Amino acid sequence: MPTFVRTDKCDGCKGQDKTACMYICPHDLMKLDKDGSETGHAMKSYNQEPEQCWECYSCIKICPQNAIEARPYADIVPLGASVQPLRGTDSIMWTIKFRNGTMKRFKFPIRTTPEGSIDPYGGKPAADINKIAENRFFVEANGYRIGDPSELIAK
Amino acid sequence: MAEFGKPDVVEEEVDILIIGGGMAACGTGYEIGPWLDAAKAQGVDIKVKLVDKAAMDRSGAVAQGLSAINTYIGSEQDPADYTRMVSNDLMGITRDDLAYDLGRHVDESVHLFEEWGLPIWKTDENGERHDGSKGMTPLKDGGKPVRSGKWQIMINGESYKWIVAEAAKKALGTDRIEERVFIVKLVNDKNDKNRIAGAVGFSTRDHKLFVYKCKAALLVAGGCVNIFRPRSVGEGQGRAWYPVWNAGSTYAMAAEVGAELTMMENRFVPTRFKDGYGPVGAWFLLFKSQATNAFGEVYMVRNKDMLEDYPPYGLAKVPASCLRNHLMLKEMREGRGPIWMDTVTALANLRETLSPREVKHLEAEAWEDFLDMCIGQCGIWAGENIEPEKKNSELMPTEPYLLGSHSGCCGIWASGPTDVGAPTSEEHAEKDKIPSHLPEGWNWGYRGMTTVQGLFTAGDGVGASGHKFSSGSHAEGRMCAKSMVKFVMDNKDWKPELDTDVDTLMEEIYRPVRNYLEHKDYTTAIDVNPHYITPRMLQFRLQKIMDEYVAGVATYYTTNEHMLALAEQKLEMLKEDALKMRAKDLHELLRAWENYHRILTAEAHMKHIQFREESRYPGFYYRMDKNFVDEENWHCFVNSVYDKTTKTWTCFKRAHKDLVDKSKLFK
Repeated sequence: MPTFVRTDKCDGCKGQDKTACMYICPHDLMKLDKDGSETGHAMKSYNQEPEQCWECYSCIKICPQNAIEARPYADIVPLGASVQPLRGTDSIMWTIKFRNGTMKRFKFPIRTTPEGSIDPYGGKPAADINKIAENRFFVEANGYRIGDPSELIAK
Repeated sequence: MAEFGKPDVVEEEVDILIIGGGMAACGTGYEIGPWLDAAKAQGVDIKVKLVDKAAMDRSGAVAQGLSAINTYIGSEQDPADYTRMVSNDLMGITRDDLAYDLGRHVDESVHLFEEWGLPIWKTDENGERHDGSKGMTPLKDGGKPVRSGKWQIMINGESYKWIVAEAAKKALGTDRIEERVFIVKLVNDKNDKNRIAGAVGFSTRDHKLFVYKCKAALLVAGGCVNIFRPRSVGEGQGRAWYPVWNAGSTYAMAAEVGAELTMMENRFVPTRFKDGYGPVGAWFLLFKSQATNAFGEVYMVRNKDMLEDYPPYGLAKVPASCLRNHLMLKEMREGRGPIWMDTVTALANLRETLSPREVKHLEAEAWEDFLDMCIGQCGIWAGENIEPEKKNSELMPTEPYLLGSHSGCCGIWASGPTDVGAPTSEEHAEKDKIPSHLPEGWNWGYRGMTTVQGLFTAGDGVGASGHKFSSGSHAEGRMCAKSMVKFVMDNKDWKPELDTDVDTLMEEIYRPVRNYLEHKDYTTAIDVNPHYITPRMLQFRLQKIMDEYVAGVATYYTTNEHMLALAEQKLEMLKEDALKMRAKDLHELLRAWENYHRILTAEAHMKHIQFREESRYPGFYYRMDKNFVDEENWHCFVNSVYDKTTKTWTCFKRAHKDLVDKSKLFK
């Protein structure tokens, strides 16, 4: 399902040097066509290598204009379906349209804390340099599993 | 003014360089902060940089999200049980020290993920499942996860990577992070050829070459995808099972600086929903679905006698993954395909015991399983009008993948823990064939360090372990944070010196650009030119060789010594021609170097299969000239080193040893 960018919605992230989709694509696929020389649509982005698209939907989820969608792989999938998300701060809504018109909608949580709220070391102890060569990490989260020592048969 | 092919050079000296931005790198990025503070208090001020070819929010194998955390030990299981599972699934040849160490540490990371905001499903006192948004007791305080298998727990994981990256980015701070810079080459030290001194790469956005010097480097750039011709060769080739941007950079760059690789013959051929490669784990384990041949026969039952051909690995309660493929492939080869996942029966059975509310939830769970981690599969279901309660779906074994963190164990030979009884010397018949500069035993000072001084790895990089998945990769990255800080403290007065000057490095890295600029006007069509080859065509050539000669899907995963000899010749010429790759822009330069890494990784894979004179992984590959598992001669690691000057590989054996009792699997 390579992604495609709708000409009626993409605003090139308002003339910034780099679009949100360019920022996020893990495979460097999205490209802003600044002067329209590559697509005929100046200041809009496009997927420059659709056959390399993993369908991770990162660009679709991040686009502030909801301008990016996916069209299932033309070499595999019958035409007519779409799978489109709307990602919020704590949940994601999916709309799935089947070739035969069946529609399904799902909403799933995506995180339980406000975005940007992680305080990585807040309330956490300092590291003890004397323990740097020992097992365990600088902070204990009640997850270290001390195994039954008799299981280690070569010790 | 910098221009294409004539970049500005950015030189920077750091103490610790983290190459990659996935789960392992994020683990390191998080854990390292307090240890840096502690080192500073001792008078050692350590400079760190993380370099990612993408954006950390969505880089690495978890970019899309996940529907489960596949490694969570829980308070009720022992790391030794986990170690046994890893071993059996990988046909007995894994490092118990690495698996055990991961098993005892991994839950610490999972508990942090939950604290940071990852929704983890819970089971209430009535046994009913709830998604992760309900504010139930956290795992660290005794909350009960929803187990989809013995080791797996279900999550609402759309934002898994986003959350883990947020913690790592905040922990490191933006000054310590460089995104959209692709490290393509590690550089040895001028005065010690078995030591790392730096790394070099380029920006995929600006005309900038980055040259880093460092005392320690963590190489965590993922596994390897697309060295074999994929089953989908048009638009669908991007829909690889593992992320298409994993280009073998970890293995190739490590090999080039002389790091010892291990088990590069291993591969993973996952059986997945056909074409979309949607996950099957929840279907098998959570929904209790069965896979059948065209006639509705369950091949794991029909062919169960075949498991007895491979004792003891076929006789465990859960036979090794490759053997499950082995039983399925028999059906396909003998014309009883297609293979079906019987979703209709599974969901009907579940309906009998569930309330209508739970049934509705169940349907959502089935879709979420794909939407969280493999959205493309939903596109296929929607396009083919498949509703899983009404219509079954086809399964298919994929093209082969190389990785060390999922159900595979290829990678780099890494130093393990010292307190679990691992060997400290080499005691076997062929120990004299191990190159003498390499360490003896399974630990040599710093956890996670490769055999190259100062070069560390984690996640997909660590070989001979496997089944660490997302959480385990994060935990392994955290272990490396500690050991790298210690390494730098122990070497605080040492100064790295690159064994290659910057001009030479620049010339090599931008060679594809030069190839393009020098020759582009020779022909009218820029893609057809006798003076260069496009990265795309070079990749096709690699995939064709690997597919047809090195046991890809074209031959039903079979090869033999004669086919491998041909592959060897063809790969050598391909490696020569790699110097003629062209890059018409920075994006293509990225592809060119990814493909260079793929070639070296593929070559390692081929050499190891050639060296191991048996078929250790039936169902993943068969050497038809040695179509058996030979426990007497090959219950051992196959390791190798690459000589970048002569461009040749040396393969050798290392002894295997059980550190936990494997017989418990069969009682």
